[in-house]
Amino acid sequence: MLTPETDLGNALARRGISRRQLVKFCSAALGTLCMPERYLAQTVAAISKTKKPVLVWLQFQDCTGCSESILRSSHPEVADVVLDLLSWEYHEVIMAGAGDAANRTLDRVVKEDKGKYLVVVEGAIPTADGGVYCTIGGHSAMEIAETVCRNAAATIAVGACAFDGGLVRSKPNPTGALGVQEAVPGIKVINMAGCPHNPVNTAAVLVHYLTFNDLPALDQYNRPLFAYGRVIHDQCERRAHYDAGRFVTEWGDEGHRKGWCLYKMGCKGPAATFNCPVVQWNDHTSWPVRAGHGCIACASPRFWDHMSPFYERLPNVPGFGVEVTASEIGVGLVGAVVAGVTAHGLIKMIKPAPQPPAEPAQTREEA
Amino acid sequence: MPRLVIDPVTRIEGHLRIEASLEGGKVSDAWSAGTMFRGIELILQGRDPREAWIWAQRICGVCTMVHALASVRAVEDALQIDVPENARLVRNLIAGSQMVQDHVVHFYHLHALDWVDVASALKADPAKTSSIAQSISDYEKSSTTYFRGIQQRVKGVVDSGQLSLFASGYWGHPAYTLPPEVNLLAVAHYLEALSFQKDFIRIHAALGGKNPHPQTFLVGGMSTAMDPNEPFAVINPERITFLRQLVKGARKFVEQVYIPDVLAIAPLYKDWFTRGEGLGNFLSYGDYSSGDEKDPKTFMFPRGVVLGRDLTKVHPVDPAKITESVSHSWYDYSGGDAAKHPSQGETNPKYTGPKPPYDQLDVANKYSWLKTPRYDGKPMEVGPLARMIVGYASGSKEIQSVVNGALKALNAPPAVLFSTLGRIAARALEAQMMANKLESWVDQLDSNMAHGKVAMFNPVHWDPSTWPSSASGYGWHEAPRGSLGHWVEISGKSIKNYQAVVPTTWNAGPRDGQGQRGAYEASLLNTPVADPARPLELLRTIHSFDPCIACAVHVIDAQGRKYTLPKAV
Repeated sequence: MLTPETDLGNALARRGISRRQLVKFCSAALGTLCMPERYLAQTVAAISKTKKPVLVWLQFQDCTGCSESILRSSHPEVADVVLDLLSWEYHEVIMAGAGDAANRTLDRVVKEDKGKYLVVVEGAIPTADGGVYCTIGGHSAMEIAETVCRNAAATIAVGACAFDGGLVRSKPNPTGALGVQEAVPGIKVINMAGCPHNPVNTAAVLVHYLTFNDLPALDQYNRPLFAYGRVIHDQCERRAHYDAGRFVTEWGDEGHRKGWCLYKMGCKGPAATFNCPVVQWNDHTSWPVRAGHGCIACASPRFWDHMSPFYERLPNVPGFGVEVTASEIGVGLVGAVVAGVTAHGLIKMIKPAPQPPAEPAQTREEA
Repeated sequence: MPRLVIDPVTRIEGHLRIEASLEGGKVSDAWSAGTMFRGIELILQGRDPREAWIWAQRICGVCTMVHALASVRAVEDALQIDVPENARLVRNLIAGSQMVQDHVVHFYHLHALDWVDVASALKADPAKTSSIAQSISDYEKSSTTYFRGIQQRVKGVVDSGQLSLFASGYWGHPAYTLPPEVNLLAVAHYLEALSFQKDFIRIHAALGGKNPHPQTFLVGGMSTAMDPNEPFAVINPERITFLRQLVKGARKFVEQVYIPDVLAIAPLYKDWFTRGEGLGNFLSYGDYSSGDEKDPKTFMFPRGVVLGRDLTKVHPVDPAKITESVSHSWYDYSGGDAAKHPSQGETNPKYTGPKPPYDQLDVANKYSWLKTPRYDGKPMEVGPLARMIVGYASGSKEIQSVVNGALKALNAPPAVLFSTLGRIAARALEAQMMANKLESWVDQLDSNMAHGKVAMFNPVHWDPSTWPSSASGYGWHEAPRGSLGHWVEISGKSIKNYQAVVPTTWNAGPRDGQGQRGAYEASLLNTPVADPARPLELLRTIHSFDPCIACAVHVIDAQGRKYTLPKAV
């Protein structure tokens, strides 16, 4: 019989992952978490000494985009390290076994690692008509989520669908879809909203969990503050153009080619919180606003219904030189978007005059 | 005897269930079922057609962007909008790089473990693996030290007793017949491909803001504003250099790793050149225009239908001959189960299957969330093999050249294409064609920019007040998994009706009212199964189609179930 390793640091070394790479990875994760460098030693020490915790990844009413997103982990070493940090036992899109072999693996984890394993959920959970809209191995998604999430140490809901039902729950919500925290109430859950979730943030949450054996600080939607605590508009590379009153008014016009503000093209950045402009996507290559298209507020609650039509401009924009936090931007504001749309003909212009720039937010020091 | 059941079929996109009956160690019949439904069709109703692509794209996050492209094409067709050449080039680049990336991921991460025994790689002599690698490719990572390092890494995982994603594999199954040295080579390239796919797909971030779900499509063009003199333009000389670097890297990986691996492994599984044949009917809408997108003669992959494996005749594609039926799907049609054209499609979900938890589906009646598409009443296979077959039979010099080259390397006749391995080879060959093509599109963009031709968007019908009171259209795309079509009906500035008929529905749909099997079901017949508890052989053929089930659960509107969003006046 094989002997399990008890020291992950040595295990990583044997897999060709040097201490230097591990430190680099932990350092990057701390940066994403907005935690000071002094936690680095503790992080590396915690990760090196841990026996690999078990993780299972469930897919329900999903498009597999969040699985694909984790496969695109942005730092070259991250995918390797994340795979090696955890024992990733069940994940339909990439696991070796199928059918009974896969189902037995999940059953074993729930039984043998009860209360200790992490579960990632991707996709919404259909609750209408006895759960017939999503079954795996003949069992409904509801039943599987109830069993697997209820027995886990914590549930990480990735993407808009697992967060709050996402697109699947959009009106008229034909299948009674819900996010995990509503479908399985009372469990310990962290929501990595976004369509898809950004793997940089999810990797950082995993590192935080491995280091402190707990989840990072959360907002009222159970999203981690480090990633969802600041308004996109306040972090946007096009913000100076907004403050100066320089707007794109037609796709491909001079302002569009010069990278001016996309507010008038329907950008929802002023009403959305996410660290998208900072961590960006695919190894920090770009993000939607950089690529010339407005933000659709994909990390915001119920964004599909509340932030569309996506090409209608926001009726009013908070945050003119004022720090607005995630707690102040919620469904109340986005509700106004839909209401405002009917009156959008009246909204010709928002404040064109230059505004003083926002103060940079304080670095969060909580740990 | 109860049927053999594989549920979940893993290493695919989505929720697929296969049931099969066995006789004498072989499959005597098979049923393919999609077990998840979202109802995106109902959700799209009443929304702004200009943003339909943002919603439709979420049909699938693996073949991300393909539904965005089909959607903008459908709306542009309805509103009669021509897009500028630059937008076509950017779309070709995004779609073409999706094809290359998707095929690489499919071969290494979704399919390889059906053929490659990871445990056996531990027994390999790294020096022998090194000499095999150097004999088939110039790829620089080929030293004994390199392969020994990979072997040590695998050993570390195995020794830990925590096998992670590999814990549930069928290691040691008698159908695994590669020598340990080749298994080690493939395991090494599994890891290299994991790294390649995330590096290369930065092209989607550059041109789409992110991947998955790039966000730069527009009805009328692309949001990727181009300007040679602007540092903040999405496309400028700096970005052109970046794109060129990425497409060169893709070409190298496909030529030096993917193609040599396919050509090295295929001859070691010769039996699979005669298994998994399936229907013999192939459909390709064709795509990747070099000029006028409305003219199929400009397509890199030709449009056409090949019937009964007859390579001497290519039939034209008539859009009116496409239908979908629900005889074995969990939907109701008004007026019975007769097949309907997509533009007339309906979806009233009505589950009549067993109450979960269940052990077996009622395959005599309705048994899937997928519908059953037919062309002229006939079941069709779509995908890379269909594109290569239709292209080969159409006389495409480029396709004939790569196909003949591969057949020569394998020392095999064209008949071997109609098989499980034929699908794998076709996928690799078109990845190679596409990887070679990408740079020419970057060059054209660069040249246009240098000549001051920077238009990326046609504004003529962006404003809904310029639209007719009603309009309808369709958009087609050859997605990595095959022929994809979206049909849209616009009324009063919003979507009245939306429907997608997607590649995996063609391939994985249940049988039709006449009892004709679809491609999956037909291809599994007569497959030998050594151990029903470990049905590796069935996975080989199913995976050779590269299933994408979230896509396949159709996206049609339900007539009579009205929902209207508050709309702008």
